[in-house]
Amino acid sequence: MHLALFIIFGALCVAGALNLLFQRHPINSALSLIVVMSSLAVLYLLLGAEFLAAAQVIVYSGAIMVLFTFVIMLLNAGAEERTHGSKMAYIAGIPGAAILVALLTFVFLSNRGSFAQARIGDYLVTTRDLSQVLFRDLLLPFEVTSVLILIAILGAVALARKEH
Amino acid sequence: MIPIAWYLVLSGILFSIGVAAFLIKRNIITVFMSIELMLNAVNLTFIAFTRHWSQVTGHLQVSGQIFVFFVMVVAAAEAAVGLAIIIAVFRARNTLNVDQVDLMKL
Repeated sequence: MHLALFIIFGALCVAGALNLLFQRHPINSALSLIVVMSSLAVLYLLLGAEFLAAAQVIVYSGAIMVLFTFVIMLLNAGAEERTHGSKMAYIAGIPGAAILVALLTFVFLSNRGSFAQARIGDYLVTTRDLSQVLFRDLLLPFEVTSVLILIAILGAVALARKEH
Repeated sequence: MIPIAWYLVLSGILFSIGVAAFLIKRNIITVFMSIELMLNAVNLTFIAFTRHWSQVTGHLQVSGQIFVFFVMVVAAAEAAVGLAIIIAVFRARNTLNVDQVDLMKL
């Protein structure tokens, strides 16, 4: 059960990310990123993070990606054209990413024995557990993030405003 | 039962695809989306290690998930400001191609 869900949604994640990489039109990339983020929410749930799975769907695939889609439509972005710079990036980027994948996979799989085994339902972090830490021990950082959000909203309004 | 290492390998794959997309893509919005993809890959690592740490210590650990919570908050703020900057750049230059936006001055 766990293995099947992991393989299905892990494959969906990788397929969505590759589609983001190879699509030329930004709206197609944005929609495949929504697929990646929603599948990641299922993986969070498998690892016992129920609050973060909900927050992932609401904040990432909901709020942030809707903002991206709005901006793509607002700016009427078309398919990107190939330039000299993109050819150079293909030559450097694809082997670099392949080396990074190989290195990370080697490191994680060679230390496989020292990692725990995940089973569905074990060590489920409920919203209650999370909020007890967040609102008691980390109250000040939590309140400071609200100031950060406020500054970000003001900055976004100031930057995107039309100048006369 | 599946090993935590598999989740870490998956997040490594997602992160590397994000790096490749960041380098290859020429549209400024898609470059910004690949940054979000890398952030998501790191979040998966944090949650996988929270699970690992809970099992090693034998009782519930939530610090890693608190980290992910704060990453999400900062990512939301960053997306709002970043997209506003993209709109401002588009107004000034009338292009979204990163090759044509190579001066600090608008």
